[in-house]
Amino acid sequence: MVVDLTIERHTIAVLVDNEAGVLARVIGLFSGRGYNIESLTVAEIDSDDAISRITVVTSGTPQIIEQIKAQLERLVPVHRVIDLTADGANVERELALVKVVGKGNKRVEALRIADIFRARVIDSTNESFVFEISGATEKLNAFTDLMVPLGLVDVSRTGVVAIARGKSAL
Amino acid sequence: MPECECQIRRRCNRERKMADRKLTGSEIIVKALVNEGVETVFGYPGGAVLPIYDAIFQQNQLKHVLVRQEGGAVHMAEGYARSTGKVGCVLVTSGPGATNAVTGLTDALMDSIPLVCLTGQVPTHLIGNDAFQEADTTGITRPCTKHNYLVKNIADLPRIMHEAFYVARSGRPGPVVIDLPKDIQMGTATYKNLSQVEHKTYQPRLKGDISEIEKAVAMIAAAKKPLFYCGGGVINSGLKASKQLDRLIKLTGAPVTLTLMGLGAYPGSDDQFIGMLGMHGTYEANLAMHDADLIVAVGSRFDDRVTGRLNAFSPNSKKIHIDIDPSSINKNVMVDLPIVGDVGVILDQMLRVWKAKKLTTNQRAIKAWWKRINEWRQRECLKYNQSGSVIKPQYAIERLYEATKGHDCYITTEVGQHQMWAAQYYKFDEPKRWMTSGGLGTMGYGLPSAIGVQVAHPGALVVDISGEASFLMNMQEMSTAVQYGAPVKVFITNNQYMGMVRQWQELMHGSRYSESYTDALPDLVKLAESCHWVGLRATKADEVDDVIQEMISIDRPVIADIWVDQKENCFPMIPSGAAHNEMLLGPDDDADQSGAEDGMVLV
Ligand SMILES: Cc1ncc(C[n+]2csc(CCOP(=O)(O)OP(=O)(O)O)c2C)c(N)n1
Ligand SMILES: [Mg+2]
Repeated sequence: MVVDLTIERHTIAVLVDNEAGVLARVIGLFSGRGYNIESLTVAEIDSDDAISRITVVTSGTPQIIEQIKAQLERLVPVHRVIDLTADGANVERELALVKVVGKGNKRVEALRIADIFRARVIDSTNESFVFEISGATEKLNAFTDLMVPLGLVDVSRTGVVAIARGKSAL
Repeated sequence: MPECECQIRRRCNRERKMADRKLTGSEIIVKALVNEGVETVFGYPGGAVLPIYDAIFQQNQLKHVLVRQEGGAVHMAEGYARSTGKVGCVLVTSGPGATNAVTGLTDALMDSIPLVCLTGQVPTHLIGNDAFQEADTTGITRPCTKHNYLVKNIADLPRIMHEAFYVARSGRPGPVVIDLPKDIQMGTATYKNLSQVEHKTYQPRLKGDISEIEKAVAMIAAAKKPLFYCGGGVINSGLKASKQLDRLIKLTGAPVTLTLMGLGAYPGSDDQFIGMLGMHGTYEANLAMHDADLIVAVGSRFDDRVTGRLNAFSPNSKKIHIDIDPSSINKNVMVDLPIVGDVGVILDQMLRVWKAKKLTTNQRAIKAWWKRINEWRQRECLKYNQSGSVIKPQYAIERLYEATKGHDCYITTEVGQHQMWAAQYYKFDEPKRWMTSGGLGTMGYGLPSAIGVQVAHPGALVVDISGEASFLMNMQEMSTAVQYGAPVKVFITNNQYMGMVRQWQELMHGSRYSESYTDALPDLVKLAESCHWVGLRATKADEVDDVIQEMISIDRPVIADIWVDQKENCFPMIPSGAAHNEMLLGPDDDADQSGAEDGMVLV
């Protein structure tokens, strides 16, 4: 069979038991087998059943992406693995806190751009702002790129969370 | 005399109290093992497991085999598990006890052997303190187990004990570690037998998709040059899987090749078996793989020792892959039809469909295919030249096979040339008779594994086909064999070299034999005697049969030290990075220099 070698970027959601070591298992699988992690987020989504949702953005050939999913499914505390990229439309969001330090014109310009990007000011001093911005990864990248010459000193990002469009649930 | 009312009340109270009676963690552990059907645990004590050893002392349902090093315990449990199909059980202390177990756990993971390994741990309040004999056991063993647990709350202990056995044996089997802090072993809780309980989400799929099965049998019926390529998954699935495989292969008339792990899944002396495939597989098996138009992979995983150079692997075949582990499918080789499920169940489904549809194979094409294969067979790729008095290792193993084939015999091996010769020259007609370290290639596996097999099958003849270098790696377990009256035989093809290393150095590193000669070997006969074994030796070809006969007849552990030709190499050989049709058949074939360059980086 012909092997497809194009590199694809996939967002994969993993439902896991929120038990000790589960994140280490997932991360260890990626590092041990040489897979990419572009971003990874995790939080409990159901405290009654102690279930967490991991969203991992990865890249690889179609064969590797299939391997990643199969390997994840093999982990004992994993309930489900959903390839949001393969399963049709989904929305992805990331949140960033961006600190910009500056005075005068640069400060005004930073505020103006923040406005265009619909970033909110959540802290300010005479010389600094902290912006909160959410959106697709590319939008956040564009925003931080623009902030560099305006005095960007610190960025904290959540990594991607994603969910399928439409009425179906996991 | 009937009980009066107050007697009945008193009895009920007593019974209720018994049921609610709290047990210590250690008692729960022992009880759970017994309820899981464990008869023997292989272990070694230490501070962090003393409460469990105390509980073992105070009962007599569970036997304990005291090993000489924890690594030996894990290999013994592996041998026990592989020869019985049951879950093997290990008990070791914290820190060094646990780290010594790591090689065996990795070995079991690679070869899909069901094990439960209990490790002691420092008390929960000391975890993370660099306490004496503390190691991050769950951290260290996470990548070398199928799953592991650290018990932090004694209320979870009964569930975890039983769940571990479920996980170890279900789906693709593997090793499971339970890390047990000492305070958990000494705490108390109520125990309920949960041995029938499954994991709440881990539920591997057993049945194959019926439409895929229909496609598969249609592909087999239509094939002109089909080949079954079967592996350890058939053996893990159970005896029934081998029976069904046998039926399907007889029905189709197709040839079958087996992996190193699969030997015995189909009778080795049957004519439709064309030998093991892969790096040291037969000429006919590898060429058939290369030429086939349909490959039916059953419980095998397209390992790199099997495929050779991937872009030249079986270029013109359609491929069906049957396996319980979806992650084995399309990992190395893309297949046309994957079927996920238990091999035994799927073979059964295939047979039903085959019969219901009254299918037949293309007789004329199959006949032509066999003609081709028989031509390859005439190369007699396993022929060797035993002339003169120097013992050829192949001869020694062939004679061992002839002398033991009528016996209730189990074979284990170490790792090296002798292992490959054993795979080539010893014919296994039944599953679970052959234990070798395939995936990890662990020298030192064979002796402890043989002891584990012997513990499970006290009356059987158990032979470790060994190399002298591998034997030295775990020879401390000789003492264990004596203590438990396990009359294992260690049959050493002694070439004084790490023969397989020497062979690679000869073929790929200009015969520069760097550190592959073992100087100052012990006198193995005297060694045997000092360890309360019997030592025998053959130095000439005409002594081999007598030594083998004597070895078999002695009801004690024996070392048979067979001095073999030091220069002998293991052929056929597909050098790393070469394709199936670029096999070296003997010393006169030269490794293709251009290919050898690429292959050198491979192992
Ligand atoms: C624990 C371990 N260390 C190193 C190796 C690499 N290795 C593979 S075969 C071999 C030599 C084995 O020598 P021997 O047991 O005498 O067997 P022979 O090849 O001579 O039959 C070595 C060192 C290994 N497989 N396992
Ligand atoms: Mg040797």
